[in-house]
Amino acid sequence: MESNNKTAPVLELKDLQKSFGENHVLNGFNLKLYKGENLVVMGKSGSGKSVMIKCLVGLIEADSGSIRIKDHDITKLGQNELDILRTEIGFLFQGSALYDSMTVRENLEFPLRRHKKMLELKGNTESLVVEALTNVGLADAIDLMPAELSGGMQRRVALARALILKPKIILYDEPTTGLDPITAKEIIQLMRTIQDTYNTSSLIITHDVDCARVISNRMILLVDGINYAEGTYQELIASQDPKVQAFFKN
Amino acid sequence: MGKTKTILDNSKDFFAEVGDMSYFTARFFREVFKPPFEFKELMRQCFNMGNRSLLLVVVTGFILGLVFTLQSRPTLMEFGAESWMPSMVGISIVREIGPVIIALICAGRIGSGIGAELGSMRVTEQIDAMEVSGTNPFKYLVVTRIAATTLMLPLLIVTGDTVALLGSALIENLKGDVSYLLYFNQVFDAITYADIVPATIKSFFFGFAIGLVGCYKGYYCSKGTVGVGEASNAAVVYTSMLLFIIDFIAVFITDIFF
Repeated sequence: MESNNKTAPVLELKDLQKSFGENHVLNGFNLKLYKGENLVVMGKSGSGKSVMIKCLVGLIEADSGSIRIKDHDITKLGQNELDILRTEIGFLFQGSALYDSMTVRENLEFPLRRHKKMLELKGNTESLVVEALTNVGLADAIDLMPAELSGGMQRRVALARALILKPKIILYDEPTTGLDPITAKEIIQLMRTIQDTYNTSSLIITHDVDCARVISNRMILLVDGINYAEGTYQELIASQDPKVQAFFKN
Repeated sequence: MGKTKTILDNSKDFFAEVGDMSYFTARFFREVFKPPFEFKELMRQCFNMGNRSLLLVVVTGFILGLVFTLQSRPTLMEFGAESWMPSMVGISIVREIGPVIIALICAGRIGSGIGAELGSMRVTEQIDAMEVSGTNPFKYLVVTRIAATTLMLPLLIVTGDTVALLGSALIENLKGDVSYLLYFNQVFDAITYADIVPATIKSFFFGFAIGLVGCYKGYYCSKGTVGVGEASNAAVVYTSMLLFIIDFIAVFITDIFF
């Protein structure tokens, strides 16, 4: 889409390194996400995809390298500034991570409590919650508890919660993992709709080749903590490199 | 050599844990006075902890009073000192047995609950989700829970002490023909501020310790569902030990000043 444009990236990782003891997970990973783009990072389980995305939002501290989001180096931000920057990023967790002691409504209201005034969002809390739930097709579930929802519905509510502050960047950590193929397809379709509605840039971490094929504008293959291969889905699947081929065949 | 290394490693782990917990405590004091204040969540936690522990505390306190009086009676009768029963039971329960037993019960009921709840929130990434939404999970989850236990435990202990004295009065009334009025007159004659004030101050520290250890173990829980079980278990074990240490220090200080 806009992967080759000349505008500055909205998100950039440079030479990211992270180790856990002797286990070197990221060994100089680089990434640029441009406005309006769907960038998919693929890799085997345990290849460091989730560590990379958590470094990106400051949940894990990187050993070295720079992480720039909208011209801010997040490694140099104070807690308050980081919290404000985080309102521009939506994060969909692998297991949905809904607050299980709160209703769906309270889950969506939670991010609004602190930031609604600052972000000058139009409408009251109720209308924002209903709008976000309507956009993921779950307006009727507003008063249910997370335990009363199916896996697919939980993922949708989590997506609505990620969207409630109207972020410009959305990070998806394995959005289709643990879902049946039909629900997975529905979630992928929803991700595309959301991008059109909210005009977001998306970074998608997955090992689901189908998901990558449908959603990606550009892909990075993460192997041994580095960008092993980059390109569109068609370019990567046509690659003669045995490691890339092995990944798609498996 | 191997054994020496293990002892050294264990010592290192112990001091690292003490250091982490000290940092956690310091962070609590830094956050507790800083706005925004989570009053609604604090009230919810107070209600949960107080209301849901009340029945357990009442039953435990009542049985404590009954058993204590029944067990002490024969010995006091042997010395012809059964008239001392109300003052002895009153002072023992208010100063020592009531606070310690109720605090231990609450460590099991509240401390393990906090450890398991926060632990499961940690392993299911709910705490991470709060953090990436730009809110402060430490303030919302930890500060409110520690404040709630610190505020609620003295109330639960007062309730437990009162019910224990009622249980004791019931036995004295049935077995010794002592009227309730006479029993409580003797209890309140015997109890002084030197008994009540240190016990009350001590109970705030008990509540703080229960909340602190439960939150610390749960907040830094790892290793999946196994970790949640470990956090819950460790919360009770560590808190129980800490309660006895606090009690010892409190008795030591009380002995100097009162």
